[in-house]
Amino acid sequence: MISVDNVTVGYGSAGFIKAVDGVSLTINDNEILGIAGESGSGKSTLMRAIYGDFSTGLRIQSGSVTGRFADARTGKVIEAESSQFGSLWWDQISYIPQGSMSVLNPLMKIEAQVIDGLPKRERGGSRKDLRARIAAFLAGFGLEENVLDAYPHQLSGGMRQRVLVAIAAFVNPRLILADEPTTALDVVVQKKILLMMVEIQRRQRNCLVLVSHDLGVHYQITDRLVIMYQGKIVEAGPTADIFANPQHDYTKNLIASLPRLHGKRAVETMGVAP
Amino acid sequence: MTLIRYIAGRLVVYALVIIFALTVLFFVPRLGPTDPIEAMLAKVSSQGAYMDAAQVDALRQSLADTFGLGGSLWEQYGAFIKRIVLTADFGPSLSMYPTPVMELIRNALPWTFGLLLTSTLIAWVLGNFVGLLSGWKPNSPTSRVMEGIAICLYPIPYYILALVLSILFSYVWKIFPLTTTIRGAPWSWELVTSVVWNSFLPAMSIVIVVFGWWVISVKAQTNALREEEFVRYARLKGLGDGRILTRYVLPNAILPQITFLALQIGLMFNGSLITEILFDYPGLGLLIYSAVLQGDFNLLMGTISLSVIAVATATMVIDLIYPLLDPRIRHR
Amino acid sequence: MRNFFLHAPFRLYLGVVLVALCVILGAILPWFAPGDPLVWYTAPRNQAPGAAHWLGTTSLGQDVFWLLTYALRNSLILGLIVAGLSTIIGVFLGLAAGYAGGWLDRVLSFFMDALLCIPTLPILILMAALFGGQLALPIVGLLLVVFNWPYPARQVRAVALTMREREFINVAWFSGESSVRILVRHIFPYIAGWSAANFINTVLVGISTESALAVIGLSSAQQATLGTMIYWAINYQALLGGKYVWIGSPVIAIVLLFIGLFLVSSGLSMRSSARRMSV
Repeated sequence: MISVDNVTVGYGSAGFIKAVDGVSLTINDNEILGIAGESGSGKSTLMRAIYGDFSTGLRIQSGSVTGRFADARTGKVIEAESSQFGSLWWDQISYIPQGSMSVLNPLMKIEAQVIDGLPKRERGGSRKDLRARIAAFLAGFGLEENVLDAYPHQLSGGMRQRVLVAIAAFVNPRLILADEPTTALDVVVQKKILLMMVEIQRRQRNCLVLVSHDLGVHYQITDRLVIMYQGKIVEAGPTADIFANPQHDYTKNLIASLPRLHGKRAVETMGVAP
Repeated sequence: MTLIRYIAGRLVVYALVIIFALTVLFFVPRLGPTDPIEAMLAKVSSQGAYMDAAQVDALRQSLADTFGLGGSLWEQYGAFIKRIVLTADFGPSLSMYPTPVMELIRNALPWTFGLLLTSTLIAWVLGNFVGLLSGWKPNSPTSRVMEGIAICLYPIPYYILALVLSILFSYVWKIFPLTTTIRGAPWSWELVTSVVWNSFLPAMSIVIVVFGWWVISVKAQTNALREEEFVRYARLKGLGDGRILTRYVLPNAILPQITFLALQIGLMFNGSLITEILFDYPGLGLLIYSAVLQGDFNLLMGTISLSVIAVATATMVIDLIYPLLDPRIRHR
Repeated sequence: MRNFFLHAPFRLYLGVVLVALCVILGAILPWFAPGDPLVWYTAPRNQAPGAAHWLGTTSLGQDVFWLLTYALRNSLILGLIVAGLSTIIGVFLGLAAGYAGGWLDRVLSFFMDALLCIPTLPILILMAALFGGQLALPIVGLLLVVFNWPYPARQVRAVALTMREREFINVAWFSGESSVRILVRHIFPYIAGWSAANFINTVLVGISTESALAVIGLSSAQQATLGTMIYWAINYQALLGGKYVWIGSPVIAIVLLFIGLFLVSSGLSMRSSARRMSV
């Protein structure tokens, strides 16, 4: 669905600073792809290039990112370069930010923030119907209807993150990009949210790209994993294979550094969601 | 619950502030070496207004009555506060005897409020618009020019601007009337145009300064908000600039300015007083001025007390409204 | 954001240049005046600007240029004294309120709030009207101090409140530094930048309020200030006579001085907020 072809991305026009260096990658329909790496490895820059967010001086120096989206209802096929993705935002592509305190507009109720930006196809019906559908959707995340009438400061960190996942998923897009969606949360809440994301992806049969530095998160939900190091992809493949048999030294070190429980790695005791 | 406690607390402070202001007004005339009433009477009779002894005595009595000059200082003080707070009665005007002071004030207030409200509103809308756009694109030439203009306008006192405007548009180019003369039957079209025409320059002198101030502060706010995460998120949702500005930036830029407005009201009121005097505009400012010129002590105390109370009230009301508008304080 | 701060020095320099110009005009030149410009008929009347009288003369036979330098001098002295006293009193009482807390804080805070909501000008007008129609400059100055100390006091109090909780103050406290030393060495540098900006702002407010009073003829008639100069010009029909230089020169002086002062004060507060962020 997305093909990243030998792309080099960086910042600045005069003195170009490379952040992603000659990366190639294919993102398939109906899969959960993980991008892992330490901070500064270029994973967030790669994600922005895939999303098509070329503000604040980000630009592609060489190579290309192209997408091919088949609209689920009309069956219409859209092909575009990532620099043109802006018109597909909150239609074919949506995004889950890290749910910090200030990511939602403090003066707007949650309901309005869910609706703001929705494509026409998801807006149908009366305002009341729409609200009922959103409430039902949020119920799937364990959020009650009164969350819709709350302001962001009234929600806990976990609730805010669930709302952000719900906002992105309610769009019913072909591609969802998530940037460290569970980093700031405690493990129990984190697990709940990850399972919801998997459930949504299986239901909508679209593609979820998960960017996280936390290998435990990738182990729990991703189908395929890409490991980045210093702007390059050092290892890629099915998640289970990478964990069973890491090839690159950097990956080996990362996996070795995961916490262990009774001599086994903690991730093995958690199990993978269906 | 906390909100109710907050409001109750503010109201108590408000009452105390008003009492404090009235206390100041009570003691000010007593600070000087001369008896203000005798000085006033001397001034009234020196201006050639003929009064016989009985009338002067009646006046003296009325003055002493109004300002409670009988009894000990504390009794006087109590009588003064009681009179103003309970009856809002400042006695008859001395220069326009026997019209009650309150009636004169009642006729003047709509002019002052009308002038201040309209010009503040116009300046607020324009200033927000320009400040928002120039804060959104801070490095564009237009926004730099706008900020430059605002910086040059804001520090100028209202009366200087009023003077400049009247020199330019009434003396040099005789476009607008020099002094205010309102013509036309009540509620006729002629009256409306006459009011607008005569209020134009006084209003402009306030609009321009307040506009400069809004541009400067809204621009700074908007500039800071551009970097906010929720603005970035809104942009990544694919929302257009117009929607982001009106729904995300504007409300967050306006809210903190309400407290600035509270601090600015007194200065704006001061400015409008002088503007009214310079343009002969029939509001509270001109009334105060004529009271000073004619030594009308009752009118002077009435107008000054009322302006002090009005400004204090406006400041407190804005202070009180702020938490009602901010959901972060309203729903805690 | 970066541009914003690159901007600050330029703003500051332009402001300093404008203020310096006014200070030269008002503080140095009056010494060279050929005589007291206030005295009537020391020069021919109604002269247009020329070599002998750079800005012409008034209809009372005063030299406008030298009158302007005197007016600037008096206005500046008034503004500086008002700002100096207000800042000293404000900083002192603000520190006392914020640092001591308790009842002292409550009482001082009430006075700050109360004085901030009382408009200055009506009170000044009332006093002028009651005391013979004019107020002497020292009294105007005194009243302005009374109404202007709460601004710095409120700000300093807020800073002092947060400072009490700051780590490095605690460190200094526990390492046995005296309160006075803590105030001088740790808290004062913190509020110095802001106080300087506020000081300049108060100079502006002081001059502006006195001029407002003067323009309507209620300030001192014994001394020339920028406001009284405007008042005389209006009163002696400078406008009807078309003598725009007479009325225009104090107006332009006020405008330039105020823009200069505002640029300096906003430049200073920008710089101090930039520095605080980088700490």
